[in-house]
Amino acid sequence: MLADIRDGDAVRMLERMLLVRGYEQLIVALGKGGNFPITCSALGQEASAVGVMSALGEADRILTNHRSAGHLMARGAEPGRLLAEVMGKATGYCGGKSGSLHISVKELGVLLTSTIVGGELSLATGVALSKKMLKEPGVVACFFGDGAACEGVFHESLNLASAWALPVLYVCENNQWQAFVSRREAMRNEHVSDWAAGYRVPGRTVDGNDVFAVREATQEAVRYIRETGRPYLLETCTYRLAGHYSLDDQAYVDAQELADWRARDPILRLREQVLAMGPLDEAGLEALDARVAAQLDEARRFALESPYPDVAALTADVLA
Amino acid sequence: MDQVTIEAAIGQALAEEMARDARVLTFGEGVALKRRDLAERFGAERVRNTPLSEAIIAGTAAGAAATGLRPVIDMLYIPFLTLAMDAIANSAGKLRYISGGQFSFPLVVMAQTGAGWGVGAQHTHNLEAWFAHTPGLKVVMPSNAADAKGLLKAAIRDENPVLFFTDMTLGFNPGEVAEGEAALVPIGKAALRRAGCDVTLVSYSKAVHTCLAAAEQLAAQGVEAEVLDLRTVKPLDEAAILRSVKKTGRLIVVHEGARFCGVGAEIAALVSEQAHAALKAPVRRITPPDVPVPASYALEQAFLPQAQAVVDAVLAICPPHAHPRGQAVFEPA
Repeated sequence: MLADIRDGDAVRMLERMLLVRGYEQLIVALGKGGNFPITCSALGQEASAVGVMSALGEADRILTNHRSAGHLMARGAEPGRLLAEVMGKATGYCGGKSGSLHISVKELGVLLTSTIVGGELSLATGVALSKKMLKEPGVVACFFGDGAACEGVFHESLNLASAWALPVLYVCENNQWQAFVSRREAMRNEHVSDWAAGYRVPGRTVDGNDVFAVREATQEAVRYIRETGRPYLLETCTYRLAGHYSLDDQAYVDAQELADWRARDPILRLREQVLAMGPLDEAGLEALDARVAAQLDEARRFALESPYPDVAALTADVLA
Repeated sequence: MDQVTIEAAIGQALAEEMARDARVLTFGEGVALKRRDLAERFGAERVRNTPLSEAIIAGTAAGAAATGLRPVIDMLYIPFLTLAMDAIANSAGKLRYISGGQFSFPLVVMAQTGAGWGVGAQHTHNLEAWFAHTPGLKVVMPSNAADAKGLLKAAIRDENPVLFFTDMTLGFNPGEVAEGEAALVPIGKAALRRAGCDVTLVSYSKAVHTCLAAAEQLAAQGVEAEVLDLRTVKPLDEAAILRSVKKTGRLIVVHEGARFCGVGAEIAALVSEQAHAALKAPVRRITPPDVPVPASYALEQAFLPQAQAVVDAVLAICPPHAHPRGQAVFEPA
């Protein structure tokens, strides 16, 4: 499979994954100074975000969840405007009214970051219905976790998308944790993708820490949706390396389990693959790291220097 | 003009708006059967049956509204909306604001409300205050066929989520309705159903008829009650309420929703804040007791605000024969 992937793609994907990782780490660092909002990170899930997004096109629409920073950046969001939004600044994508938990970016086709677990699954069918009835090209990609898969609306959504033949790509990022509860404790299925069959929806599980595998599986899923107009459930098997939210010290996590998954870090893996494939040597990787660090420095400067919204914004945009 | 039931008026509003705007569609459990004429005229794409899954019906409407369609969903009975609250309250009502105005949610949520059919508490509940309490939503509750048609047409054209609640027992009440643009009734405007100078009765939906019946009885005793039909619970026509109370000096609010944190409490507070000097008596509320709606006819009628209770409340704050019959002073609103 690696032979099929152009060197430039691998480097671009690595750069995007490094940017996502660096952004999440920057938020943790800023949080340590106090007076910073609590956030939910998807540390360790970068390959899933970048792999799926790399297989989607401009016409596709995105709905995601509270661990959305990677999805947004993989879609092309500027880290500076994202950070500004998290900090409640006027230059943020939603003018500071969203914060980290509900960011949407219309210009990138990102409709929703839902912090109500499963809320994104609730709206996805409607967005797909618009695509179908307005005869617009593209699919609707909906990112959710194994926790959301245990919500009733997941099942209602798959059932309706199947009954109405709606072009939804359900992307379950199974990161093994439902807030503070292991998914092993909360569901008996090993794979969320198994549930798809009950709704006559194709389901597939891939290694979510292998960006190339995720991209290939997404391409296949999107091809199926475009050809049939029907939904598809892709499960990326990955791991939430950080806590549920920024103050969570993960005391409840088995140390060996965490160590095992750290050894499978998607970024370490891709670095090794890039070195093996040859587009970059060690010096090239260092230069890439420096470029990402400079981008994040600029994002940090932009967000910190951005103004807070005028208080007149408080009562604006309640009604159209 | 045609005499049609409220139920038929709703069908007319849907047909006219679907013909006017190809983005309008309607779906819900059994909608394609209930609106068979619409299904035949506009096709299965635009008139859809759904599974019995309230959360995804509402969520689908919110997602569709954000991306170019104008859905009207039929949720049957208002207690079922408790299963759809996330999509309505957290998504449809909030996402325009928290996205910084990037998206609009032009959708209509229809449901039947009101006691009187003996179907019990899981099919009968007046939850309008829940939705009025939630930013980003509008709440409409017509009392007659013309308003049902006109307000539904306006709700479909509105760029915001509108909760459109019709009383179950009023559904077959006939009334005159107009066609096309002439039928439109603006959201947020109350209607003066009866002019009077002694007391203002404010209500909406079925309770309007209770107030009108009470006003008839009161008139026989020389008390002229003004009856205001809110038509829209939110946005509230505050100006119409204040204008009437400043004229009559007395206010009684009548509704089927719960008294505690109910619409009447809001209206009482409004008048207290902005027309206190005009009040000749304390504001009164006539509402059901704080109980779920019982199924037994006898208990259900005891639950409902009755015209006699309104008459008694008015006479308690309004001296009878204050204005001998025929000498009442009417002022145009």
